[in-house]
Amino acid sequence: MQVKLRVKRFDRERDREPYWAEYEVEAEATDRVLDLLHSVKWYQDGTLSFRRSCGHGICGSDAMLINGRNRLACKVLIKELGKRISVEPLRGFPVVKDLVVDQQAFFRKFESVQPYLVAEEPPPARERRQSPEARERFDDTTKCILCAACTTSCPSFWSNPNYLGPAAIVNAHRFLFDDRDAGQEARLQVLNQSDGVWRCRTIFNCVEACPRGIDITRAIGEVKKALLLRRT
Amino acid sequence: MAATYHQYEVVVVGGGGAGLMAALTLRGRDVAVLSKLYPVRSHTGTAQGGIGAALGNMEEDHWEWHMFDTVKGSDYLADQDAVEILAREAVETVLELEHWGLPFSRTPDGKIAQRPFGGHTREYGKAPVRRSCYAADRTGHMILQTLYQQCIRHQVKFFNEFLVLDLLIESGRVAGVVALSIADGSLHVFHAKAVLFATGGCGRIYQITSNAHALTGDGMAVAWRAGVPLEDMEFFQFHPTGIYRMGILITEGARGEGGKLINGRGERFMEKYAPTLLDLAPRDIISRSIYLELRQGHGIGGKGYVHLDLTHLSREVIEEKLPDITDFVRTYLGIDPVKEPIPVQPTAHYAMGGIPTDIWGRVVVDEKNRVLPGFYSAGEVACVSVHGANRLGTNSLVDILVFGRRAGRDLVRYVAENDFPPLPPRAEENAEQWVARLRAGRSGSAGRRTTVAELRDTLQREMMDKASVFRDEKLLAEMKEVVGELQQRYQEVTIQDRGRVFNTDLVEALELAFLLDCAQTVVAGALARQESRGAHSREDFPKRDDQNWLKHSLAYRTPSGQVELKYKSVSITRFQPQERKY
Repeated sequence: MQVKLRVKRFDRERDREPYWAEYEVEAEATDRVLDLLHSVKWYQDGTLSFRRSCGHGICGSDAMLINGRNRLACKVLIKELGKRISVEPLRGFPVVKDLVVDQQAFFRKFESVQPYLVAEEPPPARERRQSPEARERFDDTTKCILCAACTTSCPSFWSNPNYLGPAAIVNAHRFLFDDRDAGQEARLQVLNQSDGVWRCRTIFNCVEACPRGIDITRAIGEVKKALLLRRT
Repeated sequence: MAATYHQYEVVVVGGGGAGLMAALTLRGRDVAVLSKLYPVRSHTGTAQGGIGAALGNMEEDHWEWHMFDTVKGSDYLADQDAVEILAREAVETVLELEHWGLPFSRTPDGKIAQRPFGGHTREYGKAPVRRSCYAADRTGHMILQTLYQQCIRHQVKFFNEFLVLDLLIESGRVAGVVALSIADGSLHVFHAKAVLFATGGCGRIYQITSNAHALTGDGMAVAWRAGVPLEDMEFFQFHPTGIYRMGILITEGARGEGGKLINGRGERFMEKYAPTLLDLAPRDIISRSIYLELRQGHGIGGKGYVHLDLTHLSREVIEEKLPDITDFVRTYLGIDPVKEPIPVQPTAHYAMGGIPTDIWGRVVVDEKNRVLPGFYSAGEVACVSVHGANRLGTNSLVDILVFGRRAGRDLVRYVAENDFPPLPPRAEENAEQWVARLRAGRSGSAGRRTTVAELRDTLQREMMDKASVFRDEKLLAEMKEVVGELQQRYQEVTIQDRGRVFNTDLVEALELAFLLDCAQTVVAGALARQESRGAHSREDFPKRDDQNWLKHSLAYRTPSGQVELKYKSVSITRFQPQERKY
């Protein structure tokens, strides 16, 4: 089938402002949007830039705004979208070129929540024991691939770029609810700051955007609750 | 254009499991990690089914059994001194990951859970053993995340989206690398006492592959061009269960949980080929069996695939233990694996060969294992060799961590004992000229534009037809010609994007050269090796020939760009070669 692909493009070396480019691409209904982008890049216009690597939804490189929703280009098929498809860079990050955005600030926020296990005691000779139930407690938030689809779908982030954003909170949650971790206090302090977890207005865009199906708003709610319990 | 100068005692190239493990071992020291991708995007993250270690959490197990399975799986080509280290240190490595916070799946009593995997057995081949330590079916994702988290904790210095273009050698010592910053197109010279290559594999030489687009053999090719040989490149693993036509991996863990392979006649055909281990035989054997079934017209509906059937497993097992592959199958095929079997075909998965190293990750450059001072390598880009002619599932994750750490430990010693070597004059010159030529473009014969995509498509398609699961002299000789022609035509490649900022047109053109070099060495090694061993299966020489071929190949680049092959002996310590039956 013939697909009309519109791509919002911008090259700061050449263009004053972003513009829409249109391409006619021959595709199968079961092709990924990433296949369309490759088809343009490889056979029509080599100047189109985008990130991608694994091609099956694990590496997190190719999150972008596809027909108005944040998706991974490698995880959405043409048949879900129809013959007219528009693709834009993630909102709220500076555009480097075309669909490539600057994610440095995003990763700095991730780092700020101390996303690593903090253990008080030296480890035992064997593994620490953890019950399947305790492991299940934070299973959902271990799935995060840091693609930024959630954070860049969040109106609270759009209006305040200093907001930590859902991705950083998800990664804080992953450790806050791990019974092996002893770093709660320091992590909660970061989350309790004015640009921390309280900026979340439970709009649920993040849940919709997450390609890993993480129940992000619930995770954020649990972090808020942990903060409230800590105060009392 | 001048290059930017940097100086670090150690430069690690590659931000996947091996590179991060080495960097963590060197934490607190003067180290920089260069990564083509953001490190969390690395291909380690796509590993699914588990990491093998004889923890014995579920049933009796011993590292000696793991060692034996690995040696037998390798078709006796692996170096047994290295395999012994792999199997012994796997145990402490998995425990260290747990201590760093890796969320392994757990047994009811809270230990790390383990599942069966292809070729892993108890008592030297008697029956499958539960050895693969897993975190659902996203073990690689959790390993990559855990390592990156520890790197944040220890403030490891990263240069993200830097593509390595040249290895600098001066007075017989490695002195650094030249890299391209993809973000702005600038060139950078990294002056170092030592360099570790951990850049991953080259699966993109094939059309149907489980490998990420980024796996273009960069480190292998850059080392090869600098005069380092590549070892055992003819051994390339095809994983039996890639999603039909897409090549996306369906973990062996699916068969570990009880999944069966079924042909178009409804037969569980592995009963014929591996009566003891059945669907948990090693990958080379299952991939060949699938090809043989397809050749006899026993594909599903006569087409080019068989079925991986999980429908007899409970919904809970499938959704809890294999959630990611369930999601892939639902997303890409519109199939529910609880109710319908999955169409699969073999997919190019793993390079057993690579940059030759010793058991400390030190790169060795001749038949006598002479070390090239200051050069280290670990992970898929390297060849220790622990996988020999065929890697067992779960052992790639063991390899990257065990040998990434050992390389890191030896680097600590090396940088303490050595000063910075001098840089070669005009260190960036080669890289600069290459990039300038691609940017400038050159029109081909009759003014026809030669594109990267056109050459890469041809390479990938032809490699699939002529140098994949089954090979013979005629096909390989043809493939040698094809690669030669493509290398000629590469000189005429033009790119459309002449900009500096995030020019992926340029990046792909550079990567194509690496792919061509890798393919050239694969084909040369395969053409010369007149036997069948592990993943290298010659229809004109169907038997293993220990008399003449129980040896590693070393492919060198001649000044005219051809391959010269030499061979070195295999280290055999505990297990004498036997006939390989499952």
